[in-house]
Order: sequence, then structure tokens, then C-alpha cells
Amino acid sequence: MALIAKNKSMTAPAIETENLTKEYPHGFLNLKKRTSLEGLNMQVEEGEIFGFIGPNGAGKSTTIKLLMRLIFPTAGSARILGKPISDIEMHRDIGYLPEQPYFYDYLTAAELLDYFARIHDLTAADRKARVQKMLKKVGLETAGKIQLRKYSKGMLQRVGMAQAILHDPKLVILDEPMSGLDPVGRREVRDIILELKRDGKTVMFSTHILSDAEMLCDRVGVIVGGKLRGVGAPEQLVDMKTQGVEILFELAGQSTAALLSKATRAGDRYRLQVQEQDLYEAIEQLRTAGAKILSVSQVRATLEEFFMDLVEADRAQAAAVEVSGK
Amino acid sequence: MKRVGVVALNTFREAVRDRVLYNLLFFALVMMAASIIAGQISIGIEETVIATLGLSAISLIGLLIAIFIGVGLVSKEMDKRTLYALLAKPVRRWEFLLGKFGGLILTLAVNTAAMGVGLFLALVYVKPTLERGDAAVFVAVYFIWLKLALVVALALLFSCFTTPLLAILFTAGIYIVGLYVQELRDLPVAVMSPGMTAFTKWLSYLLPNFENFNIMAMAAHSRPVPGALVAQNTLYAAVYCAIVLTGAVLVFSRRNLK
Repeated sequence: MALIAKNKSMTAPAIETENLTKEYPHGFLNLKKRTSLEGLNMQVEEGEIFGFIGPNGAGKSTTIKLLMRLIFPTAGSARILGKPISDIEMHRDIGYLPEQPYFYDYLTAAELLDYFARIHDLTAADRKARVQKMLKKVGLETAGKIQLRKYSKGMLQRVGMAQAILHDPKLVILDEPMSGLDPVGRREVRDIILELKRDGKTVMFSTHILSDAEMLCDRVGVIVGGKLRGVGAPEQLVDMKTQGVEILFELAGQSTAALLSKATRAGDRYRLQVQEQDLYEAIEQLRTAGAKILSVSQVRATLEEFFMDLVEADRAQAAAVEVSGK
Repeated sequence: MKRVGVVALNTFREAVRDRVLYNLLFFALVMMAASIIAGQISIGIEETVIATLGLSAISLIGLLIAIFIGVGLVSKEMDKRTLYALLAKPVRRWEFLLGKFGGLILTLAVNTAAMGVGLFLALVYVKPTLERGDAAVFVAVYFIWLKLALVVALALLFSCFTTPLLAILFTAGIYIVGLYVQELRDLPVAVMSPGMTAFTKWLSYLLPNFENFNIMAMAAHSRPVPGALVAQNTLYAAVYCAIVLTGAVLVFSRRNLK
């Protein structure tokens, strides 16, 4: 079932995991084990936008937390920018936005960014300039002096985005960056992600909003039930699943053609979906019945359909999938 | 170490913005009440009453801050997930822990120093002439601060591996037992088995001896504090804090966040 379509690259991967596994003990005396992530082997290439998609509880955040060393793996290893994740200095080149971020609410956005800039050892002049630049970038320049306890969820998400890219990192890892944002905010985050790519940065983000992944990503990894089920370009993944051909035709009056029972009707117009090998036979039957064929088009599966099939096959939480639609 | 300082200053700023230092107002009220009470009872012991009440208030207020805020230093950050963004930056977990510890003991230093000055002014008010021994009140306040640093270290250690409620209970429990370490050491051998005697002796050396830091009687009677005692208590608190914080770092460095 696993479909791995790796992009070959000459440079070292920005992120590389090998058999990365996380189990959580639970139950009486912690004797049982629940596997959150199972043997993840994945590569994110330098300079690409990589989408990590899966339903809630699939293991997306677990993977990201493992990469950030917020939790520790039961087995396996990972490297970021060619260095083992235990190398703390490597964190200078990484930006991270946690899922549903929450920050010190007694600070203003400008103070929080200044605090993180100090952690990154930036000079006073550099700190001031970058904090202003970031606040402007995420649309918070007028709210920079307001304490974060007065911020909405969407505003906190913007602050989170700002702190992730404050220090000009080479790799940006975003955990559900669109979560809690209105359409304007989502558009702005999308623009920031694309801008990062233009600047040569690598971006990995997790999402369960598939249209965002389809729109932004060079490649996506689909994770369901703690297992990676497919990696590749969105169109590459969905092309693997052909849906057949759709014929649009007009037919006035009644007809006894057997195919009509399979078609959907809207006035005199009908839509009929058939398999590619049955196309010419279907056209012949329709011509005999007196139908006027308006168009014949290939039905392209969407990432959503590909994704839903995986989820259902895994009996995972299909209901949790949020589909934003296009 | 620079990052430790950055985290510590932010912790201090949190305490100030969360109005922790408002307790100074409460202390001022206690001092005023003590002065009034002292004025109404027999001549000659005003100084003792004020010093005893003042030092007790400094100790109690400091303990409440050290235990409750000390336990929350890490647990609150884990609960609210505010440390996720921080730990993804080039900050080692020990730097974060030491920074949090440093920030709270800095807050307690400012707090106890301010109360110490208040107490001294109250003593000056009731006592027309000052003697050398009156400075003992500042040494007593310094010892309280050392004791509080140790309590913060313990609170931090417990909060690294248990729930905040249990961490509060453990810290408060150790503090109370730590006040009676000498009694534990001096338990009559006749009433216990040799094994039990050895155990209580061993336990009495393992537990922090908080009574070491209590020089309230000396301060109340303006008796000068020997320099050796100051050095001994400073060293004891520093070494004990270092051991407890090392334990906290070992636990926290391996801890999976939620």
C-alpha cells in the first residue's frame, strides 16, 4: 500500500528520518503501549514546500515534536540540515510554529519577539529592526504593543508565525499554520510560505486542510494511523487513482438506452461516468439513441479522494477531516 | 549562560507583571500592626515583637511565593505549552530550568530585600539608638532568602516529574520535616531499634536542615551573627541547591512534553 515517490536530489535532505517510532505507555502500570508513529522513513528536500497531511491523531504533530526534541523517540533517528536532531546549535537555523500556539500572555507581541531574538543572540539594533519587520509581515504592526492576553486565536497564530521566521531560518516547520485563521489570514500565511520558498528556504507544514496542501506543496506526505502511506507531488499521488471518463450529452425525449439509467440528469443534459476501456462502446450506444455528445473529459481524482480512501481503509477518524473546498 | 540570564529576566518580568510584588503592601500592613501592638505592650520588648513578627511575615510570604510560583515555573509552561516555541530555539533544557530558577530567586531577593528594609525602618522607629547588633536583622533576611532558594529548587525538582498539586504537597512536606531535622537526629536511641536509629540518622542528613537558617532569636535581641555561620549557611544552601537542581535537570532533560 505504501507509495513512496522520492525526489532525487544532489544536496543533503533538509529533514531525514529513519525508522522514527514513538510509543506511549498507557493502561495499568503503563504496561500497554500505544504507537503514535511507526517506523517513519521520510525525506524533505532542501528548498521545497513539503506538506504533511493526515487526519487528527494521525501522528503529524508527534513527528514534528520528535524533530523538535520536545518528545523523544522510542526508536529510530532523524537528521535536520545534515545534523542529528540532538545538536542544539542546529536550532539556530530552524523556525518552528507549534500547533495552537500560546505564548507568555503578560508580554506584548513586540516584547515576545524581542525575547526570542535575545535567545537567538541578535544585536540590539538587529532585534529592533527584525521585530518591526516581522510584525509588519504578519499584519500586527498596530497591535505590537498590546499584551498577548488580549489577542484572538488568529492573532496568536500570526505572532507564532512571526517568531518562527524572526531569525531568518533555513528551515521552517509549521504545525497546522492555517488553524484558527480567517480566509484573509490563511491567504497571508500562504503568501508567507511561498515567499519563504522564493527566498530559498525549506518549509514543512502539517495540515488537514487538503486544498492548502494541494495549492502550496511541491510534495506531500500522507500519514494515517501513525504510518506514512504515501509521499510525492500532489498530482503524482492523485494520478495513481484514475476515476475514468465523463461524457456530457444532450438527449431530448425518452430513450430506452440501458446506459441512461447510470447517468445523472439535469433537464435535457446528462452526465455519464464510464471506465476508459468502455468509452467508445458507450459513445456508440449514445449515438444510436440519438444523443448529442457535448464533451468527453477525464475525471481527475482529487487529493481529498486519495486521502479519504486511505483514511477509510485504515478505519481512522474520517470524520475529523476538514475539507475546505476550492 | 547568556540564555540563562535572558530566561531569568523574563521570569522576573512575569512575576512583576503578575503582581507578585503586591504582597509588599500586605507586609507593610503587618509592620504597621506590629508597631501598634508593640507600642501597647510593656516597654523594652517592642523591638523583639517587631523583629519576630516582621521576620515571620517575610518568611511566610516568601514561602508561599517560593512553593506556589516555584511549582508553577515549569508545570505552567508545560501546561500552557509556552515552552514549546522556546525549546525549539537554541536553548538547552538545563538553561531553561536554571533561568526559571534564577528568575524566581531574583524576584524573591527583591521581595525579601524590600521587606527587610521595611522591617529595619520599623525597628528604627521604635528604637531611639542603633547598635551594631541591629544589623542582624539583615542577616536574618539573607538567611530567609537562602532558605527560600532551597525551597524553590525543591519545588522545581518535584514539578519536573509529578503533578502541581503533589509537587506543592511534597515541597511543603519536606519543608516542615526540614524544620525538625535536629530533633530527628536527637531521637532517643533507647526507644528505637538499631536499624531505625541508623535510618533516622541517615534521613536527617539527607533532608535539608531549614532550622539552620533560623536566627530570629539572635535578630530579635540584636545579637551579632558570627561570620562563620553566614559562610556555612551560604555554602550549605549553594551545595544543596546545586544537588537538587542537578536532579531536576536530569529528570527534565528526559521528559516528554505533552
